Amino acid sequence: MAQDSFSVKTNLPLTLPSRTVRIWRERVIAGVLFLAAISSVLTTLVIVYILFSETVIFFEKVMEVDRVSLWEALVEFFTGTDWSPLIEPLGIGILPLLAGTLTTCFVGLCVAVPLGTIAAIYLSEFAPAKVREILKPILEILAGVPTVVYGYFALLVITPVLQKIILGVQKFLLPGRNEWDYFQLPGFNMLGAGIAVGLMVLPYVCSLVEDALQAVPLELREGSYAMGATRIQTALNVLIPAAISGIAAAYILGFSRAVGETMIVAVAAGLQPKFTFNPFEAAATTTAFIVSVSLGDLPHGSFEYQSIFAAGIMLFFATLFMNVLGYFLSRRYREVY
Amino acid sequence: MVRNPKLIAVLHNPIAIAESIQQRKRWEQFFILLGWFSLLVALLTLVVLVADLLIRGWPLLNLKFLLSPPSSDPEEAGILTAWVGSLLVILVTIVVAVPLGIGAGIYLEEYAPKNWLLDFIEINITNLAGVPSIIYGLLALGFFVYILKWGESILTAGCTLALLILPVVIVTTRESLRAIPVGIREGAYSVGASRWQTIFDHVLPYSMGGILTGIIVGISRAIGETAPLITIGALTFITFLPEAPIKGEFPYISFNWLWSPFTVLPIQMFNWVSRPQEAFQINSAAAGVVLLVLTLLVNSTAIYLRYRFRKSIKF
Repeated sequence: MAQDSFSVKTNLPLTLPSRTVRIWRERVIAGVLFLAAISSVLTTLVIVYILFSETVIFFEKVMEVDRVSLWEALVEFFTGTDWSPLIEPLGIGILPLLAGTLTTCFVGLCVAVPLGTIAAIYLSEFAPAKVREILKPILEILAGVPTVVYGYFALLVITPVLQKIILGVQKFLLPGRNEWDYFQLPGFNMLGAGIAVGLMVLPYVCSLVEDALQAVPLELREGSYAMGATRIQTALNVLIPAAISGIAAAYILGFSRAVGETMIVAVAAGLQPKFTFNPFEAAATTTAFIVSVSLGDLPHGSFEYQSIFAAGIMLFFATLFMNVLGYFLSRRYREVY
Repeated sequence: MVRNPKLIAVLHNPIAIAESIQQRKRWEQFFILLGWFSLLVALLTLVVLVADLLIRGWPLLNLKFLLSPPSSDPEEAGILTAWVGSLLVILVTIVVAVPLGIGAGIYLEEYAPKNWLLDFIEINITNLAGVPSIIYGLLALGFFVYILKWGESILTAGCTLALLILPVVIVTTRESLRAIPVGIREGAYSVGASRWQTIFDHVLPYSMGGILTGIIVGISRAIGETAPLITIGALTFITFLPEAPIKGEFPYISFNWLWSPFTVLPIQMFNWVSRPQEAFQINSAAAGVVLLVLTLLVNSTAIYLRYRFRKSIKF
């Protein structure tokens, strides 16, 4: 009797699942979530497997066609300055692609690093709260612009402007020559593409540097101000040394992103591999080469097909190295304080 | 003890002190100008970019452009197949990436024991977030297209982009779960909720704002992504739409569209911008405007959402 009235009063669901069911349900859910978490590891494994297996076939074919040993093929791959895997005799030196990548990245970082750092210091230490609130979303929007749009920008806006500037400077410095004696910037060039890459990386570097500066504890700033330092002295002499590992991580991650940038260089830097470090010339980067090969008909198992994986594996390990370095550096600055 | 004789001279001379202060203040002003200049470069880029796209693409920006398929005649060519393709690919991306990303985020934040495996997965995700997108394209080409034999289909493209945005979703999920105070969890545990009940009924609803922001940021990235889709061979001339997902007769829903070839907006734009004929630059600019408006819309939704949730929830 007493039990009945108790159950009526409290509206408790009387059919609670048993303890065993509850425990097993928890275990199944944990298992499913674990599988979701492990998917990222699987992705990496599949990437490495695909890149390696196709690259191995690539080198086997090189050994067969050129009748060289694996060692010679590898030496040719890393030191050769001719990359033309689509036409015989096969040129399998990766250096032209690396030169193109490094040149555009260098131009890009020349834009992104100084501007990004100064903008970050300004936003973090100088800007009033209201200005920050307006500018940060704008930077975020800039970071969200699709890269193919930046490619368009590099080809149809930056390059024509550069052409005019370069011609104007030459006319000013060396007047009185024929029009065709002056150096003409080609329509596809690594300079314009590099500047666009820099503008794309700029918001990214800026927000990472700002994060690093924000992580410096307030006492360091207050100590510096108490000694009579101005804001700029504090920033340059106290905050930057304190945040140096975070700032270094920002630059490395920016570099990694510039290395992997594809559409800007594919649109604006040209698609022909060429061993040059001159930003005024057109040359394909590693990523642009992959795009240019994929644009054509790409039969499975052909040599072109394998060559893009051989180029991709270089790209993968270069960015892997930088990302892991950046990860540990940025973790360090979080641990210090 | 100040040893520098120059400095001592300054310290004993009030006028010199004032001058020194003035000089340092000038430096500070100069740096503020520099800061403005750097930010102006970023702002100017955005303004010039948008203005150039609008001015060049203006003659084509009308309904006809949105509703006609690509063509070899620049004045006839439109982006119908491109935006429909983008929509379908993004749909697949969301269906794959959202459950996987949130699940992984919950596991790593709430379940995973702090050991080497967690460290390893963390480094892994950081690296995947930084891997160039074209590497995902190679993965898709080797794995989805040739090993799983999915072909150059919408399904392949959607899954590729899902893998690409997965790190973003996982990281933001973890961050927003971390922001929920322990008190909420302890309250749920104290009335007898199990771990999953605590997470699903109490922690997840509070962190939904942050998670949603992460998903939207990921989607905006997926909309603009071009490179991985080029490597799987999406740069074909597509003038027809995939099969409609809803049908008049039983069973009303068809998934055949998953297997059809496709093109997407950024690829259409790349196709046009890389053509030698100058007339196609107009098409390219017009497609760029549509693409930019789309990503900006999605992005500003994310920024707005984050702003709102930051304001509304205070612990």
